Amino acid sequence: MVPLEWVLVLAAALFCTGLYGVLSRRNAIAILMGVELMLNAVNINLVAFWRYREPTAVTGQIFALFVYAVSVAEVAVGLALIFAIRRTQDTVVLEDIDLLKG
Amino acid sequence: MTLQQILFILVGAITLGAALMVVTRRNVFHAALFLILSFFGVAGLYVLLEAPFLAAMQLFIYVGGIAILIVFAIMLTREVMNPAAPGANRQWGSALLVAVALCGVLGWMALNHDWKVTPGPVSADSMANLGKALVDPQGFVLPFEVTAVLLLITFIGAVTIARER
Amino acid sequence: MSIFDITFNLAWLIPLFPFLAFVTILLFTYRNRRLSHQLAIGGIAVSTVLSQVVFWAAALLPAGGGQHAFESALIPWLPVGLESFSLGVYVDPATAVMLFMVPLVCLMIFIYSVGYMQGDPRYSRFFAYVSLFATGMLGMAVFNNLLAFFIFWEIMGTCSYLLIGFWYEKKSAISAGLKAFLVTKVGDLFFMLGLALLYAQAGSLAYRDVFSPQTLEHLAHTGFLGTQFPVAAVIALLFFGGTVGKSAQFPLHVWLPDAMEGPTPVSALIHAATMVSAGVFLVVRSFPLFAAVEGGIQMTIVASIGAFTAIFASIIAIAQNDIKRVLAFSTISQLGYMVAALGIGAYVAGVFHLITHAFFKALLFLGSGSVIHGLEHGHHVEQAFQPADVEQPSQPAIFNPNDMACMGGLARRMQRTFWTFLVGGLALAGFPLTAGFWSKDEILAQAYASSPAIFWVLAVAAGLTAFYTARQICLTFLGQPRTSAAERAPESAPSMTVPLIVLAVFAVGLGWAGIPEHFPGLGGRIPNWFGHFVGRTIETTHVVQPTTGATPGFVWQPLALGLAFALGGLALGWLVYGWKPVQAGEVDRVERAFRRVWLGWLYNAMRDRFYCDRIYQATFVRGSILVANLFHEFDRIAVDGLVNLAGRASQAVSRASDWLDVHVVDTLVNLAGRAGRGLSAVSGFFDVRVIDRLVDLAGLGTRAFSSLTAVVDVKVIDSAVDGVGDAVLAGGRFIRPIQTGRVQNYLLLASLMVLALIVTFFMILFLRI
Repeated sequence: MVPLEWVLVLAAALFCTGLYGVLSRRNAIAILMGVELMLNAVNINLVAFWRYREPTAVTGQIFALFVYAVSVAEVAVGLALIFAIRRTQDTVVLEDIDLLKG
Repeated sequence: MTLQQILFILVGAITLGAALMVVTRRNVFHAALFLILSFFGVAGLYVLLEAPFLAAMQLFIYVGGIAILIVFAIMLTREVMNPAAPGANRQWGSALLVAVALCGVLGWMALNHDWKVTPGPVSADSMANLGKALVDPQGFVLPFEVTAVLLLITFIGAVTIARER
Repeated sequence: MSIFDITFNLAWLIPLFPFLAFVTILLFTYRNRRLSHQLAIGGIAVSTVLSQVVFWAAALLPAGGGQHAFESALIPWLPVGLESFSLGVYVDPATAVMLFMVPLVCLMIFIYSVGYMQGDPRYSRFFAYVSLFATGMLGMAVFNNLLAFFIFWEIMGTCSYLLIGFWYEKKSAISAGLKAFLVTKVGDLFFMLGLALLYAQAGSLAYRDVFSPQTLEHLAHTGFLGTQFPVAAVIALLFFGGTVGKSAQFPLHVWLPDAMEGPTPVSALIHAATMVSAGVFLVVRSFPLFAAVEGGIQMTIVASIGAFTAIFASIIAIAQNDIKRVLAFSTISQLGYMVAALGIGAYVAGVFHLITHAFFKALLFLGSGSVIHGLEHGHHVEQAFQPADVEQPSQPAIFNPNDMACMGGLARRMQRTFWTFLVGGLALAGFPLTAGFWSKDEILAQAYASSPAIFWVLAVAAGLTAFYTARQICLTFLGQPRTSAAERAPESAPSMTVPLIVLAVFAVGLGWAGIPEHFPGLGGRIPNWFGHFVGRTIETTHVVQPTTGATPGFVWQPLALGLAFALGGLALGWLVYGWKPVQAGEVDRVERAFRRVWLGWLYNAMRDRFYCDRIYQATFVRGSILVANLFHEFDRIAVDGLVNLAGRASQAVSRASDWLDVHVVDTLVNLAGRAGRGLSAVSGFFDVRVIDRLVDLAGLGTRAFSSLTAVVDVKVIDSAVDGVGDAVLAGGRFIRPIQTGRVQNYLLLASLMVLALIVTFFMILFLRI
């Protein structure tokens, strides 16, 4: 059996990789990809805890399924937003979009 | 080291490696391809964690849906991307610091906490139970239905936002 | 179940296929002409095959004791009160021969229509209608109760209306369709009354129940409305009313000549071969009812009307110039023959003539259609070659392709049409060895044995039939063409001539199936299949044998006289019209002869169909319009008057209340208003003088106080407030750079905060505790 800690560490690493992607990438779509990595990491965490703490229940897997659903929704809307931004600002580099500058 | 552990390390390495490629590649299309690889890796992890249904769903939804969508989006926005531009923005240093710090904190926490693991066998009809739980009135039917509404709203919202005026 | 049972059980499929064709054409294939006619022909072809199967199964059924008529399992289909009408299939020999003839003739006519109706814009609709009509005819023959019979009878009536008025741009066609519908409806009314009476007396309308011996006995001995007159006779006469309408007997014959406005295949199908014979078939089907009362008056009436119609129509036919109208009156006359035959009890002969007539009359109509088509084609060709304003001498001013005066000499140009038409005409006239000869001869023989009066009337009618047939053939085909259109008339397409040939074969060959045994020479050598087969129908109903059954030995007089009249008529016709061919523009020779002997008025009457139409117009039509106007006036004066009265009454009431309101109520209200105004003037005065003085004084004091506080406020308080505001602005300017507007910066900050929170949380939770 793989120790639970290994899985959790892997999930944490994945999460932080995703976080780095979100914070540092220029292309908006690349940021979205980072978000997906984070969500995957979360899912791994959920499934790991399900497997190692309560394998007979279904709660863990259900939670993961809902995370899937939500992530799908978020990607769809996110890409729609990127298209909308691209249409008005003619760029997808998030760094150049500072319309809310105070 | 049992076979499982070796497999786990392998799959984990692939996943993590691909993820690192995702966040560092300058060519965003390459990044998307590495993302698909990392999704496959995660699916493999699910299999190792004895959740085959989720593994299949991972492939369906992420690889077959989201990744494809992302690739489409990349294709449609190619002309506004300058291929020579750097992949990272100006705050990449601070971002790296924050990410590493967070990883360290989380990792340290994970390793030094007693998680009270109770490893038992996964029930044989876990998938059937899963299905039943989704439609059980005392189970998760409400979130299920709400999710359906959410997806509907997403659909409408995405179309509305992305529409040509 | 034997093979026969299975076959007969499938008989209900026979009317189904044309119906499916009808529905499919109307709904789906309307635009595709070829597919439409293929569907229609396919449907009727399937029905033909099935009908032939049923017919031969019925014919080969071993004649044993007991049930000769097959009836299938009954399906309850129409709940009526506590019971329900049941629908089933009924196949007896009469049904079987109808099934033999009807789909076959229909098939020939459908194939013919492909050629005839080509180019018509409503091509598909035509085929849909005729398919529906075929459904009606076949359904009428196949089902087992009188209600279904009536339903399909009406379907045929509707199709007749639709098809007569098919070219509805012509006003004459519309009128003809309406006329047909209304006149036959008069007959249908009687039929319906008969059905109602029968149902009331017998409790059922199924053949099995109605024609059972017990029911017939009961009906024959029950008096109608308390009189001695048996109810069976009343019902029979009411049914016969339907026949008079549908089969165009006098006096309801007036619609059939006008029905020739429809396309020729329609005339052939409906008004020669099938629909009009439906009326005769009604008598055939309900024959036990007619024969239930022995020596009853109903048979006499039937025979008399039939015989009178036969001779009446044949007289008129002599004076007609339109090729189709001649055939129309000929049809009426031949139907009269059939009706008369049934009236004298010659059941088998009547049915036989029905079948043979269908074939040769259809043949004649289709042939006339071919002639008309050829003439129209020739006319168009002629128009193309010659300008229209060049007057052709000795030609009718308006070209009418139906008019026989425009024909002539077509035998050379339209050979197939000529020969088949000749065969049909000879069959009609009763020339020996044609089918018409056998069937007509049998009727004459039976008539001779039963009633001399009927016999002589029918014989003279036969002679006249032969005469006008010869006239028609001579005028149309022999001699020289009388117009240039006739010169150029081409033979018709094979799709039109092949059915003619097929029908001609039947017109000759069918007769050989029904030669009576007593006939010298041939009789007995060739068995009388038809007679035995159809004769079974009456045997099974245990009805009194027809009064003119097989006479002992052979009687030569009717045969000789019949032959004499037929051949004599033909010869006379040829002498008058054919020996010296008729020239263009020549007045009709019979007409000339009549006028010379001061009988011109008679000829005019014949040409104008003995003024039946005018009489009906003057009496029934005008009468109905008069009654309608009367009711209209009543409605206008009486009913509308009442309504207007009610309206005016309410108007008066409202005017009264208005006056009341103005003069009484308003006065009171105004009075109250004036009183109020006076009161307010008084209080206003009081308010101005006293109260305002006090208020002004208080105001002065307040103003002094406020100017004092203003000074304090400006000097002290405002500086404090402004100072705070400036401080805030400075602080904001300091913090402002944080808000870069870039999402990722915010995210970075957020992550930093999260990290800090985690560390803090962790330290609190895990280190301090």
